[in-house]
Amino acid sequence: MSNRSFYNEILTEHNMHPDFKHPLPDADLVLEGINPTCGDDIFLRLKVDENDNIVDGAYDGDGCAISQASADIMLGLIVGRPREEALHLADIFIRMIKKDASEEEIEELEEASALRDISHMPSRVKCAVLGWHTLQEIFKPGGRKTAEENAVRMRPRR
Amino acid sequence: MNTKITDCIRCDFPLLIQTNEAYLDNAATSQKPYCVINAVEDFYKHSNANPLRGLYELSVNATDRYEDAREAVAKFIHAGESAEIIFTRNTTESLNLIAYSYGLSNLREGDEIVVSITEHHSNILPWQMVARSTGAKLSYLECEQDGRITDEAIEKTITEKTRLVAVGEVSNVTGRRNPVEKIIEKAHSVGAVTVVDGAQSTPHMAVDVQAMNTDFFAFSGHKLLGPMGIGVLYGRRELLEAMPPFLTGGEMIQTVSREGAVWAELPHKFEAGTVNAADAVGLHAAIDYITGLGFDAITEREDALTAYAMEGMKKIPHLHLIGSEDPAEHNGILNFVIDGVHPHDISAILDADGIDVRAGHHCAQPLLNHLGFRSTTRASLMFYNTEEEVRRLLGSLASVRSRMGYED
Ligand SMILES: Cc1ncc(COP(=O)(O)O)c(C=O)c1O
Repeated sequence: MSNRSFYNEILTEHNMHPDFKHPLPDADLVLEGINPTCGDDIFLRLKVDENDNIVDGAYDGDGCAISQASADIMLGLIVGRPREEALHLADIFIRMIKKDASEEEIEELEEASALRDISHMPSRVKCAVLGWHTLQEIFKPGGRKTAEENAVRMRPRR
Repeated sequence: MNTKITDCIRCDFPLLIQTNEAYLDNAATSQKPYCVINAVEDFYKHSNANPLRGLYELSVNATDRYEDAREAVAKFIHAGESAEIIFTRNTTESLNLIAYSYGLSNLREGDEIVVSITEHHSNILPWQMVARSTGAKLSYLECEQDGRITDEAIEKTITEKTRLVAVGEVSNVTGRRNPVEKIIEKAHSVGAVTVVDGAQSTPHMAVDVQAMNTDFFAFSGHKLLGPMGIGVLYGRRELLEAMPPFLTGGEMIQTVSREGAVWAELPHKFEAGTVNAADAVGLHAAIDYITGLGFDAITEREDALTAYAMEGMKKIPHLHLIGSEDPAEHNGILNFVIDGVHPHDISAILDADGIDVRAGHHCAQPLLNHLGFRSTTRASLMFYNTEEEVRRLLGSLASVRSRMGYED
């Protein structure tokens, strides 16, 4: 790949060749996340066992490279983990984007730390956190077995 | 490029002199020439008093400058008289004024409102509101894939039940001019009134509301080199006289008693509260500036820039331009998609290269859905843009796919 790549390679790779952008017909949890200011849109789907371990996950949607790659990287990180760990990572990720996470914490994010520079692009912050925010919402009461219409609408933060 | 207007025109625009950015988001708002900025400043320095209220000289002078601006607007769009010109904040407010005042008091169940699918949300949502409140039915005048509205569509959609037809003169998505004369003729033949949104036409072409024969016409000053916060509603006198006020309060009355009031004469009936005189004066300066250049010279320059841009875009693989093949049918608006790259990523890449464009649904979601897009990227040109700016745009666009990681 050329080194004039606009976004870093991790991001463009996940955008062009996503690992988790596919249907997941037997998902236990489904939630749509929308970023109304720019129309980014993802459906997050998770399979969860009786102990709240995330055993599988997928997404689909339409949005910029940052929103889509961020969701793909997130799923790579959280599939196979218990709910509490996934929410812990979401919390760090969102704080990283707000420049409010320590280096040790950011290390926990592994590949997702490749998105840390988005914190310098204020107009793209909402794109980066869309998947992660939807993950937080999906575990809230009402998120479980939610109908697809039941969308999380992220407030524009200006 | 050999046009009557040259790159020197940029010296009239302080922001363009200072910046290295290529400002190509003119359909969203235009830059302002010195004469407009100075006119606003001059009003506050030398004429500031509350117009239409005081009997002292300063207030009379403020009133004169405000009413001169109204006169200039009337001439600019060829209204029959200046009392038919109402100052508002922008196109959106003008359209809402018609919807709340005319729409709510004249439409009822069984009536039909026809809105063109090419409209900006500000010429759709007010009519959805009127339909909901009155029980009138809303139907859409559809367009072809290239944005064209056909005679057949006009004949089919405007029916004996149609009481109001709302259409934009120029689409902010395709840049195409709608066949407003045909639509108005058909609307009048069934007894409907017509509302024309001139937000995107007034910056690029001469408008004659009487020749067009529309009942209402709305536009914004800020897209036309004027200040933000000043807009215009034109309405035919007999319609405006029969309409109830939109807002009530000071300035719009003749007398007020404990029980009620007698409304002021046109146009003041529709201008409640202290008016935006300074920006009206700024709009007057903008109109004088544009009239001085002349639409022939403006069109020549904008069409040449558009043709140059379209030629270059055609050579960029994976880029698809929306709308007509003819540069003259774009009014400076170039809306496109690039395979595999989201419009927001395109605009982020262009931004990094110092090029300002718009990405998204352009406040025209029903049209984008109709054309099969979720979002697009739009570059919009004005006569003060240059060939060199277009060249920079084309260079960046040609590099977008490789910068997103594609091999070709
Ligand atoms: C066709 C059209 N109509 C209406 C508007 C709304 O204009 P304003 O925001 O000035 O009210 C716009 C501009 O965004 C437009 O392009």
